[in-house]
Amino acid sequence: MGLMRRLDAALRAAFPAVFALALMVLGATPVGVPGLVTALALPSVFFWSVFRPAAMPPPVVFAIGLLHDLLVFAPLGIGVLVLLLVHGLAFRARQMLARASFLAGWLAFCAVAAGAAGLGWALQALLGWQWPALMPGVHLFGAAVGLYPGIAWILTRAHMAMRRAEGAAP
Amino acid sequence: MIRLSIPLRQALARLSLPVLIAAAFGTMLLGKADALLVERARMALADALAPVWTAAQQPVAAARRVIAEAEALMKLREENARLVEENERLHRWQAAALALEAENALLRRQLAWVPDPAPQFRTARVVADAGGTYARAVLLAAGPQHNIRKGQVALDERGFAGRVTEVGARSARVLLATDINSRIPVTLEGSRARAIMVGNNQARPRLQHWPEGSLPREGERVVTSAEAGAFPAGLPVGVVRWTESGAAEVELFARLDRLDVLRLFDFGLSGILPPEAVARPEPRGRR
Repeated sequence: MGLMRRLDAALRAAFPAVFALALMVLGATPVGVPGLVTALALPSVFFWSVFRPAAMPPPVVFAIGLLHDLLVFAPLGIGVLVLLLVHGLAFRARQMLARASFLAGWLAFCAVAAGAAGLGWALQALLGWQWPALMPGVHLFGAAVGLYPGIAWILTRAHMAMRRAEGAAP
Repeated sequence: MIRLSIPLRQALARLSLPVLIAAAFGTMLLGKADALLVERARMALADALAPVWTAAQQPVAAARRVIAEAEALMKLREENARLVEENERLHRWQAAALALEAENALLRRQLAWVPDPAPQFRTARVVADAGGTYARAVLLAAGPQHNIRKGQVALDERGFAGRVTEVGARSARVLLATDINSRIPVTLEGSRARAIMVGNNQARPRLQHWPEGSLPREGERVVTSAEAGAFPAGLPVGVVRWTESGAAEVELFARLDRLDVLRLFDFGLSGILPPEAVARPEPRGRR
């Protein structure tokens, strides 16, 4: 295997993680929408865990979760645990989800996002030792569900392009 | 690279998720046990990303300006009518203010009044939302030779916004007054009664603990109180608003949802203990 081809393969393998990290860093710019970083991380991890689990293995999810927690000043570990569980769920159901229509995938993501928001809220309550408000969790759920089609559209394009490249150079 | 047999590699792959989930609980414990380490890691990350955010801030600010411009053009007529009315009102207030200023100068001359020194401040740009889902905070980009300190008071162009809680090499974090951990001693300007303004992650913080018999009045101005030596007295905070359910809230003057630049004032007050001193009490018996 030539150097260029190896480089090409490495870039392709790194793209999902790098793109998710870049989205999260840019999502922290103050645009007046709190909770945007989490709402961007959830669809990325979910999508790649279903369609390209080799490029989104648990250690990468752990790193994304750690960066998330450091970025948003949440108690450390909440994002890590939530994203790992999302990854585990999506990975388990990937056979079914990868074949399902886009709408079904979105609905499945709605359920996962609701679970993630609820778990995040419960962990926040446990680690902060006070009842956090309910509304931010609902906002987070809404933002993640609303952003999913846009992110999934971009990532589907990227996924297809990578598949074509892999087909051309096996 | 170490070559592993395929079954071993599969077993490792299957094990990695449970192990990492356990590690996630480990990070939670670590975050609880060593808050200082986490804070340092956060500020190191913020320092590293501050230039990226400063660059990303330009298009965001440009887009926001375009939207604001469009909104202003849409509302030009009614805005103009409002401004004419407001200008008339302000002219009357200006006359009153000039008269009061003259009277104030006269009285000060008679009392040999020593004026308060003008506070030093520096301005820093807001580059990132450092709050996330359950917190309200912003990150400021500062030059490498900044002299921002913990506990400094941040105001936007209208009023009190928050307090510096963490300082890095070229960035600083400001906890906003709306955050659920924010407790600000305030004075109700009409009755001079003291109260505490408690953040609840909503747009309007609540008022609590006012003395019996001096109920906050709707529309009363709220200013900071010098109680506890954390803030200078009299910084503008907001006005009192009563909700339908009968809770007193403060409508802040500062527009926390669209912070652009913040002024950081150094009033030389040390009422806030640095978190190190609070989180790390001296261990007993090791003197």
